[in-house]
Amino acid sequence: MTFNRRTFLGSAALTAGLLAAPMVRAQGKPRVVVVGGGAGGATAARYIAKDSNGEIDVTLVEPTRTYYTCFFSNLYLGGFRTMQSLGHSYGTLAAEYGINVVHDWAVGVDRDAKTVSLAGGASLPYDRLILSPGIDFVDGAVEGWDVSSQNAMPHAYKGGSQTELLKAQIMAMPQGGTYAMVAPPNPFRCPPGPYERISMVAHMLKETNPTAKILIADPKENFSKQGLFEEGWNDNYAGMIERVGPDFGGADVAVDPAAMTLSIDGDVNNVDVCNVIPAMKAGRIAEIAGITDGNWAPVNAADMSSKMDDSIHVLGDAAAQGDMPKSGFAANSQAKVCANAVRGALTGSTVFPARFANTCWSLIDTDDGVKVGATYEATDEKIAKVDGFISQTGESDDVRAATYQESIGWYDGITADMFG
Amino acid sequence: MRAGLLSAAMITIASTAYGDAGGDPKNGERLFNQCSGCHQVGQGAVDRIGPHLNNIFDRAAGTAQGYRYSDSLERAAAGGLTWNYETLNSFVENPRVLVSRTRMSFRGMNDQQDRDDLLAYLRQFSASPENIPEAAPTAAAVDHEVAPEVLAIVGDPAYGEYLSGECTACHQTSGAGDGIPAITNWPNDDFVTAMHAYKVGVRAHPVMQMMAGRLSDEEIAALAAYFESIE
Repeated sequence: MTFNRRTFLGSAALTAGLLAAPMVRAQGKPRVVVVGGGAGGATAARYIAKDSNGEIDVTLVEPTRTYYTCFFSNLYLGGFRTMQSLGHSYGTLAAEYGINVVHDWAVGVDRDAKTVSLAGGASLPYDRLILSPGIDFVDGAVEGWDVSSQNAMPHAYKGGSQTELLKAQIMAMPQGGTYAMVAPPNPFRCPPGPYERISMVAHMLKETNPTAKILIADPKENFSKQGLFEEGWNDNYAGMIERVGPDFGGADVAVDPAAMTLSIDGDVNNVDVCNVIPAMKAGRIAEIAGITDGNWAPVNAADMSSKMDDSIHVLGDAAAQGDMPKSGFAANSQAKVCANAVRGALTGSTVFPARFANTCWSLIDTDDGVKVGATYEATDEKIAKVDGFISQTGESDDVRAATYQESIGWYDGITADMFG
Repeated sequence: MRAGLLSAAMITIASTAYGDAGGDPKNGERLFNQCSGCHQVGQGAVDRIGPHLNNIFDRAAGTAQGYRYSDSLERAAAGGLTWNYETLNSFVENPRVLVSRTRMSFRGMNDQQDRDDLLAYLRQFSASPENIPEAAPTAAAVDHEVAPEVLAIVGDPAYGEYLSGECTACHQTSGAGDGIPAITNWPNDDFVTAMHAYKVGVRAHPVMQMMAGRLSDEEIAALAAYFESIE
């Protein structure tokens, strides 16, 4: 027998058809449970519900009724956004997309029975489970700090009350006081995030407390958009910011929340605010589900399915996927690929090839926005970078102002894409 | 003496490089009749329906004092659009290559020699025209307009809807357009023309160049078909 293109394509299509035959159910519709209502989870839930036209039951589990985005929370610190403007409800997802929104914590996953248990006692059966739980912190990552210290030394690396607490502490600093940040090691949520935060804190202090100091202990040699940030800090906040990198002990830190001290390489600094951003890992439910390897959950790039359980998909920060940064934009991008694949598996709809993109905007000072971005594709091994760009140092004020305006447009765009 | 030699050498190089693409300002003056209904140029020129064109070369787009530009042109200007030989050449060929939804309702000038002639004429009304090349060395190789057969591709809206996931992280399907422009309900040809302009780098925006850069002709057509269908 000879294979020509036509017979090969025909038999391949037949095989694929058999393998991907829509799940035939004796009763009810296929069920998707999504855990986590952020950029990954809300987007995935919305796209599956929107595009399946009621053929799939979608349940979204998210503890908070109002979701405060972590992205743009630095702009709240800098006084460019209100906290209210970062809050979003799930009302539209429930009312207009028919998503069953459950405000509860997911506390267990039974992979054999395919159920998710909730803190409130309920058990949710699933055909596909999508986990988009964001991040948690690695225990013992910063000597002297654990989550019980987060009121004295906030991380402010999840949106909402932690960010408000950090801002209140910065506002209450004595004149000439010190704000310290313990920056996280790679990989972590939002690579430019700590440095945009430094910019925003400096912007606020320049207005309210111009003799204040900013001290960063950083375990990393280099960081995202470093040239752009350092140029901006020199131009706008000269003499205010000191960063201690690993060469000078930036990785060797300890804190004492009761005494409000930060030790770097044995040198004890008295500080007024200490923003501890510890090493990160996947949100706890990924670990509970037993699909993590080390700190993160490895996934297949083509559909974001777990490498350990093909009925579970992992999105966003929690996933170990390859080259994409951990960002809201990336989670939103991965969610659409995942939604398309899940819908195809459950209803037989067309599955298009995976493609991903990311752009991260950061604000350095008023009307001084910068950005970095890339496109990605799925390979057998990982999500692999295709092409990218970054803002240039020395750009004109007009370009920077336009970039900032664009970031505001993006915020409105992605939140509409998540919450409807 | 040394300076004289140098400038003579430069002139030689210039005439070789630009030899074929140089324009005839006399013919350009005649062609300017197509523009003069809206634009003035020369001594005493003022803004009319369109802005005056004195010193248009090397002028940042959208900066004629007192002239009220379209939002689309303002946005292109904020993105760094500057009028030089290259950008004027593509704008005159088809305004929508560079600025979708510009108010400049001009069907475009197809012939490269005509455009060279027109720009040679306009160039006389910019400061130090001798410093402005009549044509960029690479200009003749750049094709700004999308080929008719590419414009004619009928896109698959279902595929476009899937691909649109890459757009809707920023561009809202509601049609809201602050900071990032709305792209819903655009005429198919405008959409395809704009995306190809990003793809070949005629339009400057780095995010859009990157996004368009890996889209095939069929994928661009699919996106155009999908977005055209959204009210």
